[in-house]
Amino acid sequence: MRIECRDLAYAYTPAQEILQSVSLTWGTGQIVFILGSNGSGKTTLLECLSGLRPPLRGHVALDGHDLSDLPPRTRAQMIGLVPQLHEPIFEFTVEQAVLMGRAPHLGLFERPGSNDRAAVREAIAAVGIHHLRHRPYTQISGGERQLALIARGLAQGAGCLLMDEPVAHLDPHHQHDVMASVRALTERGLSFAVTSHLPNHALLYADWTAFLIEGSVQIQGPPRSTITEASLQATYRMAFEIIEGASGSRAILPRQ
Amino acid sequence: MIAFSRKPPVWVLGLIPLAAFAIALWVGRFGVHWGDTFRVLFGLEGPSDVFRALILRVRLPRVLAAACVGANLSVVGASFQGLFRNPLVDSRILGVSSGAAFGAALALSFTSHSLWVQAGAYTFALAAIGLVMMIGMRFGSSALVLVIGGILIGALFNSFLGLIKYVADPLSTLPTITYWLLGGLNGTQWSDLPLLLTVSGLGLNFFILLRWRLNLLTMSDTEAQALGVRIRGVRNAIVAVGTLMIAASVALAGTIGWVGLVIPHVARAWVGPDHGRLIPVSAMLGATTVILLDAVARTALPSEIPLGILTGLLGVPAFLVLFLRFLRARGEAT
Repeated sequence: MRIECRDLAYAYTPAQEILQSVSLTWGTGQIVFILGSNGSGKTTLLECLSGLRPPLRGHVALDGHDLSDLPPRTRAQMIGLVPQLHEPIFEFTVEQAVLMGRAPHLGLFERPGSNDRAAVREAIAAVGIHHLRHRPYTQISGGERQLALIARGLAQGAGCLLMDEPVAHLDPHHQHDVMASVRALTERGLSFAVTSHLPNHALLYADWTAFLIEGSVQIQGPPRSTITEASLQATYRMAFEIIEGASGSRAILPRQ
Repeated sequence: MIAFSRKPPVWVLGLIPLAAFAIALWVGRFGVHWGDTFRVLFGLEGPSDVFRALILRVRLPRVLAAACVGANLSVVGASFQGLFRNPLVDSRILGVSSGAAFGAALALSFTSHSLWVQAGAYTFALAAIGLVMMIGMRFGSSALVLVIGGILIGALFNSFLGLIKYVADPLSTLPTITYWLLGGLNGTQWSDLPLLLTVSGLGLNFFILLRWRLNLLTMSDTEAQALGVRIRGVRNAIVAVGTLMIAASVALAGTIGWVGLVIPHVARAWVGPDHGRLIPVSAMLGATTVILLDAVARTALPSEIPLGILTGLLGVPAFLVLFLRFLRARGEAT
């Protein structure tokens, strides 16, 4: 799915526009990383892109359809949101949690049927957590829960998933598991927008990187050309150095 | 602990309340042979007119009312726990019960006619929820705002209720109000039932139909909206239908605590949090519990025990057992 966001602005209070003018476009099978300091509006941007917050100005189009014209259910069949991890209250099983992704395909009083269950089985298998399907969603690890939420997005049938800091609080192994699943799913044509505080992850996993600074995307492009000491300095207001390994891999370190 | 199957067969859901229903018709201060109970119920020859009147005109409406009240309080409790994402919430959270209790007490200070008492309960239950919704609209209608609004409006109506009791005649009106507030189904007549049966029937059907979608509301508002749920509309509909069901119950039975808190927990411990099963099982367990407790209330002692007292006596230890189970599951108690 192709997502086109043009001159998007959003404000919680009239006095302060948290997003002033965001323009960002990415296409089928691409992963865009949105980097920005705390409070720069990354989560707000994802919520605007998912249609939950009507923009103050500008617009978002999914495959050419204006997001604000789409009824909630149609919108939810096209684009999914994976929010930041939180502790769930009730002990739904992984399968029951993923099944909730079928909601946009069902009427108000309708209950999921056998084709919905088939879609859920397929989604759970696609992220490799088939063995966890009957476990309470409260008793699996953070990384596994993140995979379950991705599976919910797949069950939704969405062409694009917006993920809010999907690897926050995860150990390096689980961080990689989650991002490797995301990468694998692009093969099926899924697009992703991922907010992150890990510019190294953008180097590893992104097709496109956008730096959100003072309410607009001031720098964007392929990670290797846009992730520079200058762009990192502008985003985080501190000095970094980028070191290059023998094989051509790069890593970002804070400058001491 | 006995390991229950998580998928109770349908016949269990029907049979348990049906058995409770039959037992409650049979037992009472006035002994009736159980065979006669069935003969009366199925219109067969044999039992005397006194038995017939006792069962059909005294016990039957009362047992039906108990079933409706139990199912209403439990289903609304289970739905509200999900809607407000808080397992400690019960059907009283939005101040509706306090409003209804005030309305009934207000009516009782002028008349003891049951239709006026019911009208008072409905009117002020709706007034209470109206005020809560006004607070909600002013402050953004989130679940938290509704809960805080409900607590405030509930407290307001409790104060009004205190005022009514303070000015009530301590020799005649005050005991009537106090006894009524303890909760009970004594004196239930057929004429009380049409409204309760209609509201309960429609309300329970609404929640049964909506039951799977209630799962989505236990997620955050953001997640539910991202899944295409029109959250405000659905939440307002649940609150409105729930309010009517609580009003119908309080209007007839007074304020009966604990059922709306404990029954959903028992049901959740049995079938898990999926509202697809939780709602029907809560209805079944709630109806059964109140039918049986009401039978105890009118049988155990020479005079009636107020139902609200019995639910408390049973509800508190039941809740402690469930809470201990919960802590053990989390490894925080032994």
